[in-house]
Amino acid sequence: MRNPLSKTIVTIKPSGIRKFFDLVNEMEGVISLGVGEPDFDTPWHIRDEGIYALEKGKTFYTSNSGLTELRQEIANYIKRTQGVTYDPKKEIMVTVGGSEAIDVAFRAMLDPEDEVLIPEPSYVSYVPCAVLAGGKPVIIDLKAENDFRLTAEEVIEKITEKTKILVLPFPNNPTGSVMGKEELEKIAKVVIEKDIFVLSDEIYAELTYNGKHVSITSIEGMRERTVLINGFSKAYAMTGWRLGYACAPEVILKQMLKIHQYAIMCAPTTSQYAAVEALKNGDKDVEEMRRSYNHRRRFLMNAFREMGLDCFEPFGAFYVFPCIKEFGMTSEEFATKFLMEEKVATVPGTAFGASGEGFLRISYAYSLETLKIAMEKLAKFITKLRNEKA
Amino acid sequence: MREEILSILEKNSKIDIKELAVMLGTNEETVFNEITDMEREGIICGYHTLIDWDKIDNEKVTALIEVRVTPQRGQGFDYVAERIYNYPEVHSVYLISGGFDLLITLQGKSLREVSAFVSDKLSTIDSVLSTATHFILKKYKDHGTIMAAKPKDTREVIS
Repeated sequence: MRNPLSKTIVTIKPSGIRKFFDLVNEMEGVISLGVGEPDFDTPWHIRDEGIYALEKGKTFYTSNSGLTELRQEIANYIKRTQGVTYDPKKEIMVTVGGSEAIDVAFRAMLDPEDEVLIPEPSYVSYVPCAVLAGGKPVIIDLKAENDFRLTAEEVIEKITEKTKILVLPFPNNPTGSVMGKEELEKIAKVVIEKDIFVLSDEIYAELTYNGKHVSITSIEGMRERTVLINGFSKAYAMTGWRLGYACAPEVILKQMLKIHQYAIMCAPTTSQYAAVEALKNGDKDVEEMRRSYNHRRRFLMNAFREMGLDCFEPFGAFYVFPCIKEFGMTSEEFATKFLMEEKVATVPGTAFGASGEGFLRISYAYSLETLKIAMEKLAKFITKLRNEKA
Repeated sequence: MREEILSILEKNSKIDIKELAVMLGTNEETVFNEITDMEREGIICGYHTLIDWDKIDNEKVTALIEVRVTPQRGQGFDYVAERIYNYPEVHSVYLISGGFDLLITLQGKSLREVSAFVSDKLSTIDSVLSTATHFILKKYKDHGTIMAAKPKDTREVIS
């Protein structure tokens, strides 16, 4: 029989998260700090609106780009949070999660050998999606001394004639790092000067703890060359609804919509009706969840301080990214040993890129009670490691 | 700050000051002072425990009683409300808009005890015109807490 597979797909490695997942899944009674989704249920009024849509028999396809009303609400949301205007008819498209938007944007913009700058550690999809779109990923290793923020210098260093897109993954999964306005302005200057484009993945935009998130689209000259990606999963605890969106200038969005139309048709209708309710009446829920995450974030930072574990203070998403270099183990060794001995699951930083070596991703999408037990176990574990070393 | 302290205490009055300070990103002294002030100002009126009495053998009956009363000259409903809330078995007394005037919640050991209270003590108050007693059969949610067992975390362990 002939080889049934494409040459490209076999070069793509399975996600590093997946590998650790299989290990954890075999064990009983594990406390997991490994999830990348909120612990809250979708607020009831949003679920109720989904149920209502089903009851009313609103079970047909929507237009390819999504419900008109939803796109209007998305436009309103971006206008009121970032002061940026998008035409809901031509510049906004509703997708199956932010992840579809990433895939579609790459496919619409990349030609073979076009280079994509991808800062790491970051979400596991950018590299494979870029490769599958025929592009060539060029990794920018973010540095711990910059609190894993991206600098203009790092971008300049990696830009070549072939660079087409810069991925901007902030607030960041897995580091929790956020970018300020001034830093974004410096990057915007480089992007404009070198005439490249930005894919800004702002899925954690609502979860920042030191002031409001700033989108690079709000900086002059950037809206024209940015694909803005966001969604409902993180802000409204709606992961399973699979709903995200992309905003981009018409010239890009029109082509993205073609791919979406042929590959997906439209995002789930029930989810879209629920999402309208989320954007219209969900601010208070987001505020409450953000407050709760912030309490936990502070609790973890304090726990690390007390056990003397090095960790920069992250101000976004729901992850902390402590450094475990002092123990002389790789991230994977540390995470595996911690799992085996204390039955607590964390994710090795290397699952998000080589520059995550020496770090662990700990999610705080868990109740304080769970986090407390886990931190007691972590303190016990590292005390033991330090005693063994001494 | 106050609102945030209250929203945490309302859910968990057992939380210790140090932990509260960490969660709010401030120091223990500030939190302690705020709480003491709010206690003094009567903003924080007490610290209660939410108990699911159904889980222990010691049976208790809770009743909601609607009461229609004649307001007293010069004192409105306050006088009769006071006559009622001074009974220790009365849990709460609210003045209500609508078809009746006062809503009382009451806890007793048995149906008989509750009905004895209604017929002997409540109905005999001069300005009480009528009462309607509803016994609570099951508590689904109380003080913002759902009484049913917490559902298991069904998320994928790593994602």
